[in-house]
Amino acid sequence: MAPEQVRSRKYTVDKKKHEAKEKAGSRDLHSKAPFSVKIPAAYLFLAPAMLAIAVFFFIPVAAAFIISFTDFDIYALSSFSNLRFIALKNYLRIFNDPLFYRALKNTFYFVIGAGPLSIAVSLGAAMLLNSPMVRLKGLFRLFYFIPVVTTLVAVAVVWRFIYHPRFGILNYLLGFLSVNPIDWLGDPDWAMPAIILMAVWKNFGYNMIIFIAGLQNIPEYLYEAAVLEGAGWWHRFKSITLPMLAPTTIFVGIITMIGYFQLFAEPYVMTQGGPLNRTLSIVQYMYEEGFRWWNMGYSAALAFVLFFIIFAAALLQLRFQKDVE
Amino acid sequence: MPAKKTILHLFLVITSLLTVMPFIWMISASLMADGHASVYPPRFIPDTFTTVQYESLFSRLSVAQNLFNSIFVSLLVTGVSLIFNSMAGYAFAKYRFRGKNKLFNLLLSSMIIPSQVTMLPLFLMLKYMGLINTYMAILIPGMANIFGIFLIRQYALSIPDSLIESARIDGAGDFQIYSRIILPLAKPVLVTLTIFTFMGTWNDFLWPLIALTDSSMYTLPVALSSLMREHSKDPELMMAGSVITIIPVLAVFLALQKHYIKGIMSGSIKG
Repeated sequence: MAPEQVRSRKYTVDKKKHEAKEKAGSRDLHSKAPFSVKIPAAYLFLAPAMLAIAVFFFIPVAAAFIISFTDFDIYALSSFSNLRFIALKNYLRIFNDPLFYRALKNTFYFVIGAGPLSIAVSLGAAMLLNSPMVRLKGLFRLFYFIPVVTTLVAVAVVWRFIYHPRFGILNYLLGFLSVNPIDWLGDPDWAMPAIILMAVWKNFGYNMIIFIAGLQNIPEYLYEAAVLEGAGWWHRFKSITLPMLAPTTIFVGIITMIGYFQLFAEPYVMTQGGPLNRTLSIVQYMYEEGFRWWNMGYSAALAFVLFFIIFAAALLQLRFQKDVE
Repeated sequence: MPAKKTILHLFLVITSLLTVMPFIWMISASLMADGHASVYPPRFIPDTFTTVQYESLFSRLSVAQNLFNSIFVSLLVTGVSLIFNSMAGYAFAKYRFRGKNKLFNLLLSSMIIPSQVTMLPLFLMLKYMGLINTYMAILIPGMANIFGIFLIRQYALSIPDSLIESARIDGAGDFQIYSRIILPLAKPVLVTLTIFTFMGTWNDFLWPLIALTDSSMYTLPVALSSLMREHSKDPELMMAGSVITIIPVLAVFLALQKHYIKGIMSGSIKG
């Protein structure tokens, strides 16, 4: 998840810079443009990466689009002569597929449940670690960050046992608060909250780092002025910290949401999508249809529906950002 | 206010402990004999320490092969992508050529496409090329990535043109400038990208799950997940498997954490 997370932000920032640079470059074309004639070298440097991306990214995207209009299945896999063009049938089927709606609902439950929660926890941790009173900041930051770098499958294995209805630590600890044992991953109503809790634990450190960077960018004099005017902690948080962090929060919101819509490994390892399909995510449904039942046409259509959902949600958030500004 | 300070630190200590507790418990349970983790109340420290789970993983279940696969593909992907991305990033930063802006914008805007979209056709392509279940199947989609190109381009933009000009006057060729000037100067961003790529490849699950079909080719996460299906009644063994999966990537992170954290911050701080 990490590289994707950093990507999207720079895009908007960089585009402006990039265009400015290009304009400046074309103006002094005749005075000083030492590299403008070295076209062949530029293409040589670009060739390996561009070729790899074109063949193994852009062509597959186009192919997936075409496949999503066909009935590509196990028979087509053995011979292309069994492949038929079925126009929008896959997409129509999706919208009449109860299991798709189940997966859609679960995925939204996860995004809406885990997204805001992990952002809130990240922000809280960042503010704690940004406090001038705290010593050994690096050490605490490290502790909070360790879940981020560890392999999801390995920690999911451990959490599966933490959630064990009989021997799990969580029920044991809750026992002290006289909470009756909960079958976390076996109870249809508790399975998704359990996955959300684990995901928040796993991911909050990443956004925490970004929030720390954002907090450090807020000029200290704003707080000093507020203190002089007698503003309390809550007031300073509401009138300085939150507005100054708004761009960071939108950025964190978008990358977190994009990542969370692609939920797969957590339920795949911990619940296999169960119980009663209550943790089946869109990506897992896509995976099962494509690579277990070899309904590749249908699976490709599911992939595009996921893409459009992510795209729409990102646009929505950017729109929201404009309103805020 | 020393009281406030103490409470704050106490809170930090408790929450940090809660955060790392799953790891402590993972290590502790991995050192228990069969059945000792499944007791109530849970035991946090083994009665007797034993390495029997690790021995079993390495002898009976050939985890050594999976460990090798993970190390090999992570290093391979990191090495190749670092070369490809740095070349392209340098070209985007320091050369002028036709269609540069259009190409760059096309790359950037395609970053919104989730990787799941490409998986089916990619699987089919590799299948017809006979590359499913080989190391190449992991390398091919990771050879170049837009984020890496972008990161290097950003860094290369800050390298002054005058350095390149003077090298050119001294008679350096294009490739010499890239290898003798750009690469050494771009070392910080290359280190950052190395950690990102290594950890990303090591921790990846969905694509190796699809592209590797034979258990002797599995990377650790895939091996662990299949182990889980067969040995779910054996938590001590699973914990040992988790420890082996996590230790190498954690070691890389701890050794180079400053660069990694800086990489995340630099990705967000501007604007």
